[in-house]
Amino acid sequence: MGSITLNKVSKVFGEANVIPSIDLEINNGEFVVFVGPSGCGKSTLLRLIAGLEDVSGGQIMIDGKDVTQAAPAARGLAMVFQSYALYPHMSVRKNIAFPLKMAKMDQSAIDKKVEAAAKVLNLTDYLERKPSQLSGGQRQRVAIGRAIVREPSAFLFDEPLSNLDAALRGTMRLEISDLHNQLKTTMIYVTHDQVEAMTMADKIVVLNRGNIEQVGSPLDLYKNPRNLFVAGFIGSPHMNFVDGAYAQSKNAKMAGIRPEHLGLSKDSGLWTGTVKVAEHLGADTFLHLDVDGIGPVTARAGGEFGAHHGDRVYLTPDESKLHRFDDKGLTIRA
Amino acid sequence: MATQNTKTLARAMMAPSVLLLLVWMIVPLAMTLWFSFQNYNLLDPTQTGFAGLFNYEFFYTDPAFFQSIWNTLVIVGGVLLITVVGGIAIALLLDQPIFGQGIVRILIISPFFVMPPVAALIWKNMIMHPGYGVLGDINRFFGFEPVDWFARYPLFSIVVIVAWQWLPFATLILLTALQSLDGEQKEAAEMDGANFLNRFIYLVLPHLARAITVVILIQTIFLLGVYAEILVTTNGGPGYASTNLAFLIYRTALLGYDVGGASAGGIIAVVLANIVAFFLMRAVGKNLDR
Amino acid sequence: MARSVTTKHKVIATIAAWVVALIIFFPILYTIITSLKTEPEAIAGFNLIPSFTLESYITVQTQRDYFTPFMNSVIISVGSTILALIVAIPAAWAMAFSPTKRTKGILMWMLSTKMMPAVAVLVPIYLLFRDFGLLDSRIGLTVMLMLINLPIVVWMLYTYFREIPGEILEAARMDGAGLWQEIVHVLTPMAVPGIASTLLLNIILAWNESFWTIRLSTTNAAPLTAFIASFSSPQGLFWAKLSAASTMAIAPILILGWFSQKQLVRGLTFGAVK
Ligand SMILES: Nc1ncnc2c1ncn2[C@@H]1O[C@H](COP(=O)(O)OP(=O)(O)OP(=O)(O)O)[C@@H](O)[C@H]1O
Ligand SMILES: [Mg+2]
Repeated sequence: MGSITLNKVSKVFGEANVIPSIDLEINNGEFVVFVGPSGCGKSTLLRLIAGLEDVSGGQIMIDGKDVTQAAPAARGLAMVFQSYALYPHMSVRKNIAFPLKMAKMDQSAIDKKVEAAAKVLNLTDYLERKPSQLSGGQRQRVAIGRAIVREPSAFLFDEPLSNLDAALRGTMRLEISDLHNQLKTTMIYVTHDQVEAMTMADKIVVLNRGNIEQVGSPLDLYKNPRNLFVAGFIGSPHMNFVDGAYAQSKNAKMAGIRPEHLGLSKDSGLWTGTVKVAEHLGADTFLHLDVDGIGPVTARAGGEFGAHHGDRVYLTPDESKLHRFDDKGLTIRA
Repeated sequence: MATQNTKTLARAMMAPSVLLLLVWMIVPLAMTLWFSFQNYNLLDPTQTGFAGLFNYEFFYTDPAFFQSIWNTLVIVGGVLLITVVGGIAIALLLDQPIFGQGIVRILIISPFFVMPPVAALIWKNMIMHPGYGVLGDINRFFGFEPVDWFARYPLFSIVVIVAWQWLPFATLILLTALQSLDGEQKEAAEMDGANFLNRFIYLVLPHLARAITVVILIQTIFLLGVYAEILVTTNGGPGYASTNLAFLIYRTALLGYDVGGASAGGIIAVVLANIVAFFLMRAVGKNLDR
Repeated sequence: MARSVTTKHKVIATIAAWVVALIIFFPILYTIITSLKTEPEAIAGFNLIPSFTLESYITVQTQRDYFTPFMNSVIISVGSTILALIVAIPAAWAMAFSPTKRTKGILMWMLSTKMMPAVAVLVPIYLLFRDFGLLDSRIGLTVMLMLINLPIVVWMLYTYFREIPGEILEAARMDGAGLWQEIVHVLTPMAVPGIASTLLLNIILAWNESFWTIRLSTTNAAPLTAFIASFSSPQGLFWAKLSAASTMAIAPILILGWFSQKQLVRGLTFGAVK
């Protein structure tokens, strides 16, 4: 089991009110991703749940039990740190076995569990090595192994892949998703990587300055952002924002249109723009344009769309995919 | 790591060190301050009672007082000058690729491990002694009169000895800092057409600034209290020519048995050290921030 | 570095470095050589080849009893360092892993106690030692040197501990390690190298401390510093014996120092220079 409930949780560091007040419900077995800009309090929130920091106010419940005052180890959670936090003087085997040893499990049971975890994580050949003799991806797997063997009620990940290169990040992302499908244990995952958030999450929690901006499934956030912040944060490349006359014609303070919802043509369209930079990625082409009377706009074209610096192109926003915001930055529902 | 429990525990763990140092600082200092206003001579029990500023006046008007302060500054300044300049030069040399780097390092660091009285005795008898020292031998070889260093240039001789002891320390630290200078930076500067002198002034010296600060701070702490070197060689003389403040206070206290006077001197020394420390701590505090 | 180093450049640098190194080392070298000479040889002018006699060493031991001050030095320097470590380890640990706004201030203050001139408190310390019967006692000197080196010990340990990532200790706590298990299984193994070099360096500093050891001891507790200082007035033909005594006083720590020179930099600069 692993349902977690935050009840008006707040955290103050000295003068800084890092987390004013958060309510959040995490269901058993869910993969929840915390995203938000740097410094918004993602790690802090995770550490509050882990018990590594004391809350300044509010209540944390795990499986209906109040654990607000409980020690980290007593909460039955496992954490994977950004720096992996492996014990440098212990072999991989000892690292993975450490939580079991602390739980005073007997040696034969420990060995069995370590071997099993090593098998799942492809670490069997490396069990006798020290962490310093492993690659980044392998270290990450050891850290995960150390978390798995405890059979926690939930896993906490704090940007676990940020020290890996792009290719390895892709692989590890799949491995962690896979692990979640196998174990069906609650996972809370902190990242500021769009792709990780969109691809892994059952539920995304968008944080900004210690407040929750929106909670929802990835597609839900993509399609129905509640406000400007979420609209701008979710989606890559970012949504284009247009104010002024065009927005007013749509009865809004601000209009938003995603790069993939702009129709491109070489002959005719609503707007005219000059190509500043064309990024040809193969399947897609991203055009960074300067649109007359509007300013910089990013548009996605097919891989076949040939465009170069200085070309004039025409754009037409897909009105059905248009987002409208009022003067408070909230989405106007039709 | 910032739960309430850990904080309480942290305080408890720091307590012994902090308390010990607090007592160690306050008790003797308070006693010194107290004595400095008292008539107190170990040889003359009839002298008692409040002395007002007499002890300070006594110390202040002692002709040796200003000379000893001057000598203290000369020792600190002279040794710092020799060790920093010499240290940079030797460090630059050792930063070159050379054969036997390890042994050279060991030879150069050695004087730092020599206890001050031994260092002083070695220099006094083996090197600088006019009759049997090596320098005397060299002079005689070239047909010159040997120089009686400790009689003619007592303060300079002491500066030389102390500098010899601290040169390795400065060299080693500066060398370490030098070696952390990015090779690519040096190469980039070379590509930019900077010659050796330019590279030294604009690249190497700024990079060494932090290390130099550390050298100055740590050496000053020890140099203000140079004692054994003087005791073993000149015993402060001739006259007061090589008496620094530390040595003057020692003379007043344990040779003159004048507790009051020595305490007044001690307080003056504390004030001086604090003035020096104030500037040093500010400099180093900035430098140690990361 | 892709710079092509010419052999000529290397040879010149090597010669220059060796000349400098030998000049700096010469006083020590010549003392060792002289200690192996006979007394008449020692004062017979410059001569680098001794007759390799151990006569002076034997005389120093039999006439002046080298062994007692040597043991005093060992007991006082090792004892004071271990005492300082016992007090300093928890403090440094707390400062490194639970830093507060005041931590840096406390560290600076500790260092500033090193700045207090020893002479300033010579009188009260002397009188306190006299009144408590600690003059010329090993215990007194041990405590004294412990206090003197405590700030440096705390600082050094602090810089070593600070390099142990806090996340590792947090991981241990998530893994269910209590305070004691955290210390035994995680912290100690990671901290041992730092503690060892702190130990080594402070033994060296304590061994060479030459103010309090000379002033607060006379005979029974006199360590090698005081022993050597008593040779300051040369009586007669004395050079070889003086050299032998000097060599014996510095040899143990010189060797220890050679082995720990790498850590010396980090330790003594409190991690400020790497
Ligand atoms: N121990 C602390 N003391 C004081 N302020 C802190 C402390 N820890 C975090 N903060 C502050 O709290 C805010 C949130 O920090 P947090 O580490 O949770 O951000 P984050 O969302 O994880 O950022 P990132 O994506 O960069 O990791 C920051 O402004 C940070 O400066
Ligand atoms: Mg973070």
